Amino acid sequence: MRAFTFDTPATVADAVAQAGDGSAYLAGGTTLVDLMKLDAMTPTRVLDINRLPMRGIRLEGARLSVGALERMSDVADHPMVRARYPVVAEALLRSASPQVRNMASIGGNLLQRTRCGYFRDPDTPCNKRAPGTGCPARDGHNRAHAILGTSNDCVATHPSDLAVALVALDASVLLRNRTGERIVRLDDIYRLPENTPHLENQLHPGELLTEVSIPALDWARRSTYVKVRDRQSYEFALTSAAVALDVRGGMIRNARVAAGGVGTKPWRLPAVERALTGRPMRLDTFESAVAHAADGARPLAHNRFKPALLRRTIVRALTGLED
Amino acid sequence: MAHVPEPDRSDLSRRDFLARSAAMSAATVAVGVWPAGPAAAAGPAPPANNLVDVTLRVNGRPHQLRLDPRTTLLDTLRERLHLTGTKKGCDRGQCGACTVHVDGRRVLACLTLAASLRDRAVTTIEGLAPGGDLHPMQQAFIDHDGFQCGFCTPGQIMSAVALLREGHAGSDDEIREFMSGNLCRCGAYPTIVDAVKAVGPRGGSN
Ligand SMILES: Cc1cc2nc3c(=O)[nH]c(=O)nc-3n(C[C@H](O)[C@H](O)[C@H](O)COP(=O)(O)OP(=O)(O)OC[C@H]3O[C@@H](n4cnc5c(N)ncnc54)[C@H](O)[C@@H]3O)c2cc1C
Ligand code: SF4
Ligand code: FES
Ligand code: FES
Repeated sequence: MRAFTFDTPATVADAVAQAGDGSAYLAGGTTLVDLMKLDAMTPTRVLDINRLPMRGIRLEGARLSVGALERMSDVADHPMVRARYPVVAEALLRSASPQVRNMASIGGNLLQRTRCGYFRDPDTPCNKRAPGTGCPARDGHNRAHAILGTSNDCVATHPSDLAVALVALDASVLLRNRTGERIVRLDDIYRLPENTPHLENQLHPGELLTEVSIPALDWARRSTYVKVRDRQSYEFALTSAAVALDVRGGMIRNARVAAGGVGTKPWRLPAVERALTGRPMRLDTFESAVAHAADGARPLAHNRFKPALLRRTIVRALTGLED
Repeated sequence: MAHVPEPDRSDLSRRDFLARSAAMSAATVAVGVWPAGPAAAAGPAPPANNLVDVTLRVNGRPHQLRLDPRTTLLDTLRERLHLTGTKKGCDRGQCGACTVHVDGRRVLACLTLAASLRDRAVTTIEGLAPGGDLHPMQQAFIDHDGFQCGFCTPGQIMSAVALLREGHAGSDDEIREFMSGNLCRCGAYPTIVDAVKAVGPRGGSN
């Protein structure tokens, strides 16, 4: 691990004032400390943000506000989250392990880095870690990599399960910088790799994610998260699906569908949502709606199974919402 | 598995050396520091004498420590406080061998920077049952052969005690799911489940 100075700012204003070139915020550390040990992240200054008042899970009007430092396990267990947004609780409980969930914050979760093995290994080239050095994953080990939103320069998946559920729910994040605050839709935070895979999101240097805000969505009570992986627990997704359905009188009035494990960012599927809307709540509806779920996919040598697996994952999730 | 301990002082000086040589060969950018835009250039290098003072409460006792901020809780426990019950398996957050409790919650000592734990209470396997008796969970692991080589066992036991406190011992499947962060290369999983069940819902205190 490279040397760094360590500070513990006491206020949000202090934190953003102290942030600068080469600094990194420390929340749970389950991504940051891991990648610092590997020399895949090399901050010269670490700002421990755990004293900042970015906690609490509460209703603000009809929206649910979750402080960025709330831990994954606490959010998953919260009665309001479980009742109103089961898809969020399930995505969290299918992530990592109980120990990691006790440590990891939801702000850090949304900003975690890819699990691409080349990114994590500074002895190999990687455009995301060291711009311009190339992408060995394209012709290397790419079973876990993305098929949607990829570019010639990077094919890494975004690993967060929570982000998939929150993108399906149209959540926003509150960002704080030296000059003020802004609210951005989570979906708009993530950038496609294109030819700048080292730029993963729209946060400005030093910007702090302080809060996640989930819109009211009555019918999200009927929602779920299905995750398919190489082992039953404690593993990242090969494919996953976050779905919510508004069903009345046996007809689907409204639908939300997003996919994980397949995209370079959490992947919302508006075409599948449209194909479900106005149709009867039945298996044949689900099967025809997912026909185009992987349109535009560019599978790699070791993940040609992903388009079909993705379609089946979404069908299984939708089937789970039947009465 | 890299669990060969490095001696304290030589480790520090080797790290200092590595840090300096890294700074000299810093032709590479400080990559990935900003999740968004490593438009961020490398920041100023930390001063040579870069230590932090931390008071750690471990198993009820306060310890005043002056640490390199890179030091993990795991290395602090094992190398500075000589509490070697907590094991280093992967050192990457992937195996659970280093599981301890911080303020009563199970966490991974290998991904925790000691400097971030000011005023927090740490419990290790050595502090689970103060006074020389065995904690009921320790006894149950013995009674049910919940281990073979024993390397993963302290982490398994710390995790199991927390699992009961969290209320996740409702069924064998639930126990397996909520013990999934603790790997066992000897494959003692079935007898570990037996041990957890034997202690039952009242075994989570410590
Ligand atoms: C063994 C293992 C298995 C895992 N499995 C899964 C899984 O199945 N599914 C899944 O979704 N995740 C998984 N994870 C990833 C885990 O969920 C993330 O590491 C965790 O959520 C990151 O949160 P943190 O608080 O620890 O972040 P940190 O490591 O502290 O920070 C992560 C990054 O975000 C930045 N950051 C943190 N908070 C803020 C903030 N408020 N504002 C601005 N920047 C910030 C940091 O500087 C850093 O770059 C796994 C991790 C491990 C170690
Ligand atoms: S897929 Fe992206 S992260 Fe992985 S090696 Fe290629 S450029 Fe790096
Ligand atoms: S040593 Fe493996 S998880 Fe910490
Ligand atoms: S008893 Fe040997 S690793 Fe678990």
